[in-house]
Amino acid sequence: MKFTMSWLKEHLETKHKDTQIIDKLTDVGLEVESFENISSDLDNFKIAKIINAEQHPNADRLRICDVDIGQQNIVKVVCGAPNAKKGLLTVYAGPGSVIPKNNMKLTVSKIRGITSYGMLCSESELKLSDESEGITELKPSKYSDKIGKNFFNNNNEKVVDLSITPNRPDCLGVRGIARDLAAAGTGKLKNISHKNIKKDGSQNIKVSITKDKKQGCTIFGSCLIKGVTNKESPKWLKEKITSLGQKPISAIVDITNYVMLDLNRPLHAYDADKIDREIIVRDSKKGETFEALDNKEYKLDDGMCVISDKSGVLGLGGVIGGTRSGTELKTKNILLESAYFIPRSIRKTSKLLNIDTDAKFRFERGIDPQSIETGLLKASQLISEICGGKISKFDIQKIKQYKNSEIKFNTSLFEKITGFKIKDNEIIKILNDLGFKVSRKKSELKLKVPSWRPDISQPIDIVEEVVRIKGYENIETIEPEKKRFKDTLNKQQKLFHFLQRSVASKGYLETVTWSFTDSRINNFFKENLKEIKIVNPISLDLDVLRNSIFSNLAFYLKKNLDRGFKDISLFEIGPIFKNNQPGEQLTVIGAIKSGKISRLNWNEKERLVDIFDVKKDLIQTLMEAGYDKQSFFIRDKSPTYYHPGKSGSVYLDKDDIDPVAYFGELHPNIVKKLDIKTEGVVGFEIYLDYLKDNKIKLKDQKSNFEYSDYQKSERDFAFVVDKNYKAQDLIEIISSIDKSLIRSIKIFDIYEGEKIPDGKKSIALNVTIQSSEKTLEENDLEKINKLIISTVESKSGAKIRS
Amino acid sequence: MSDIKKIKEEYLKKLDNNLEVESVNQIKTELFGKNGQISNSFKTLGSLPNDERKKFASDLNSIKDELQEKINSKLQEIEIKEINSKLENEKLDVTLPEREINQGKIHPVSQVIDEISSIFSEIGFSVEEGPDVENEHYNFTALNTPDNHPARDMHDTFYLDNNKEILLRTHTSPVQVRTMLNGKPPFKIIAPGRTYRSDSDQTHSPMFHQVEGLHIDKNINMGHLKGCLNYFIKSFFEVDKIKMRFRPSHFPFTEPSAEVDIGYELKDGKIVIGEGDKWLEILGCGMVHPNVLKNVNVNPDKYQGYAFGIGIDRLGMLKYGINDLRAFFETDYRWLNHFGFDPLDVPSNYRGLSR
Repeated sequence: MKFTMSWLKEHLETKHKDTQIIDKLTDVGLEVESFENISSDLDNFKIAKIINAEQHPNADRLRICDVDIGQQNIVKVVCGAPNAKKGLLTVYAGPGSVIPKNNMKLTVSKIRGITSYGMLCSESELKLSDESEGITELKPSKYSDKIGKNFFNNNNEKVVDLSITPNRPDCLGVRGIARDLAAAGTGKLKNISHKNIKKDGSQNIKVSITKDKKQGCTIFGSCLIKGVTNKESPKWLKEKITSLGQKPISAIVDITNYVMLDLNRPLHAYDADKIDREIIVRDSKKGETFEALDNKEYKLDDGMCVISDKSGVLGLGGVIGGTRSGTELKTKNILLESAYFIPRSIRKTSKLLNIDTDAKFRFERGIDPQSIETGLLKASQLISEICGGKISKFDIQKIKQYKNSEIKFNTSLFEKITGFKIKDNEIIKILNDLGFKVSRKKSELKLKVPSWRPDISQPIDIVEEVVRIKGYENIETIEPEKKRFKDTLNKQQKLFHFLQRSVASKGYLETVTWSFTDSRINNFFKENLKEIKIVNPISLDLDVLRNSIFSNLAFYLKKNLDRGFKDISLFEIGPIFKNNQPGEQLTVIGAIKSGKISRLNWNEKERLVDIFDVKKDLIQTLMEAGYDKQSFFIRDKSPTYYHPGKSGSVYLDKDDIDPVAYFGELHPNIVKKLDIKTEGVVGFEIYLDYLKDNKIKLKDQKSNFEYSDYQKSERDFAFVVDKNYKAQDLIEIISSIDKSLIRSIKIFDIYEGEKIPDGKKSIALNVTIQSSEKTLEENDLEKINKLIISTVESKSGAKIRS
Repeated sequence: MSDIKKIKEEYLKKLDNNLEVESVNQIKTELFGKNGQISNSFKTLGSLPNDERKKFASDLNSIKDELQEKINSKLQEIEIKEINSKLENEKLDVTLPEREINQGKIHPVSQVIDEISSIFSEIGFSVEEGPDVENEHYNFTALNTPDNHPARDMHDTFYLDNNKEILLRTHTSPVQVRTMLNGKPPFKIIAPGRTYRSDSDQTHSPMFHQVEGLHIDKNINMGHLKGCLNYFIKSFFEVDKIKMRFRPSHFPFTEPSAEVDIGYELKDGKIVIGEGDKWLEILGCGMVHPNVLKNVNVNPDKYQGYAFGIGIDRLGMLKYGINDLRAFFETDYRWLNHFGFDPLDVPSNYRGLSR
């Protein structure tokens, strides 16, 4: 909402300075977006001084002047005026200026080989006089201290731009703003004085509001003004309209706009001669069309509020008028409309048709239903003053009565909510100034809400009115109390926090990517989950919610590879979506790693990242989070976006149904299709929702400290097994032989090839054996050795390698 | 007696020479071997008369000890010499780089969320979360923003269905609704998380982060709100003094509502919070609207309190001097490295927010 200070002062009698007014606007909740001089083409003309003038090398009559244009800027200007001499004060026009005399727009140009930045102007060029002999000469006594200032300063009107919250339609008119300021002590609201206007004859175009079910219009007021001469608006009106950045059209249109901006009372003027017999306000019928004033043809649905005549639709009530009945310069008779439209109806229609107009914006928020006549009065009076014409009596059709709503307000609520006290009398004064009618019964106030405040309906709204006018700075700052009702984080949140930092500590950079992604990439990773389309995506390549944490990671991995990075470790912790209902999401960690380990390192041999790198990071992370590695179980099943032979899943326990994590190499086909150019891409995922919350608190986690000081023995074994036989199974068989003796098992070699039959491999392991009761004798060890070999051979079909 | 003394003198002298290990061992054999001179002297003990024997034995033992000690120290001396001469050839260029370091980083958004949680934890708030996908009811209607309310235009909403019933939450406020529906007052929570609006330019991104705050109890008023935010902002920006301004504003779910500005100044193109005469809007807040309380079955005549919503990304930008919001979500390796935090820098009450 824009307005000029002088316009505001038509409604507000105030001695306050502009800056005080601006501060007060902010204080009462009318946020000031900007407060600026109206920018004008004439701002380009500056008072300047020639500080040096030299002969142009290539032209006798031209001079090259160094011109001081203020703020320590010196520019070179080529000038042909005979009076362009050192020390002269004159008027400078910079590049981009438009010369008033001939409307020529200046550019930086070369004049006979010398670049000239702008020009020095004669009085005739500035339309000040006919003097065109030389450049303007300014008197040093008056201008010497004004170098750099605007030469034309007649236009110093300042425009305020407010951002009005949707609850305050009343402040979409200058008068509403003035009322708030007055209530807050920044002056006095002036009374509107209406000259009595002479009303001649009746409004003889019949108006009816139908009783349609969805009727969006409840009041339709109108008057006829006959015999007008429509024309260009007078200067004062044009200036008002342009000062707010709008374009003057014709006196009649400008007046209706002016009244709207002044009183927040939208109006519409019809060319009365173009109305076919009568006005019918009704619901539209599906398929009806009309051409609106924005020169677009609209096809209507049913149930939209239209103003029509016998021939069809004239306009969409409260949204936009039509071209068929629009006023023109040659219009002689006009019908002026001042109506009330129901906000919900306006909003629905404009949304469906995607129309946004000043009228729509206002009606949608709620126009004062008691301002019908005020609007007609003010506009018709102005029209008859400017365009002449005879004003008819007003015709008001109503299908609903609007009474001011009433609220009972107990003044103690104010302190209860705001924490500070003000006197009842002050509350009453503030409310009176805002337009409330107040009657008092002890500490209970009976309030009649002004008709222009559709936002006020209950006592809490009154608290807000009083506190914002009184000033939020009166609210005390109460030190926060530390009382708590619950732990800060619950177990799942602690886990989130822990895993996030645990993964990062293994050399991964955390990223945060969109929760949505490109459906084409998502398809590679979505498995059997449902695609979740966004109806109105921000762009076509962010059209679905992500079903997997990998789609964005893979995308950004590629981007970073393209930036020239080779060895990349990225991770994200965040939601993935299983379906489009609230709560059907999982929290997942996705980590991705590419390139080499120890690339170009002088003392380590470089190698490609592989799945055992990410497996280590994954397992270690789970261990750090308190899960027992001894019970982890690895299966070679994994989602299809992993390399089928180089990936696996991790279960916290062998009997668990859901894996808590996957790891592996990204499927080579996907890597190829996404055009990811790198030597290797591996990654892992952890599903936080599947991580059981079976952890006991640290204080209960520590069991008794038991250890054995008896001698340890180590024995090496090599078993030949089927190629597909899993090391995990071998370890499980051995470790379950005697948990009290077998302390650890390490696999130190996997071998295929010479001396090993086809389809077989050799697994070599080292077993540490220690008793907690005695030092084992050679024959004890021999016994356990034999037991290991026989158990493994019988349970796995393996053969000990001799 | 004089014989063994002689032997002693002779060998001590020998052992003072510069000797190899082999020569020392040779001496050892000469003295203590089977037919060594000292060994042989011990053999003579038996043939001595009683009165002499004791004295001789004592002398012999002390000579033996002395020589053995000398031999041992000689051997040690040689060993150390050898090690020292070996070390001279073992000089490494220690300025060569260490093995590969891979330093991970925590994203600024995560760090800021942890900072915020830590600060609010100190004054008794707990953390709640809600789903990213919401229905229209929790996101708008229950928050006193009925359908066809122009306030809905303030949120450019992403929808997941054509009936506009399922959407991506436009703010974290639905967590208020869920929390209150699932519990009983008092409530004292913050709810950080992802939020979405179909808006994209330099200062808007289709996804961003908010933290919601809610404190409902019997007598919580606007003074408590001011105190809470004043404490938060001071703690977050790690300054002793802060200029803060409450401006009336409008949110459908709070009444009265306010926007909060903080004072700042520009120093060398950087924003310095707390001083100066410029104002920066950083959050919206207010007293929870009685209609919202009714919608979640909390009696507004008994309970009241405040709520606020803060843009997390923006707080991070201000605190850490990050200019472009979009960069938060573009996964530029250089940016993540530059603005990321070491995972061990965990903001906490007792360690403080930062080093």
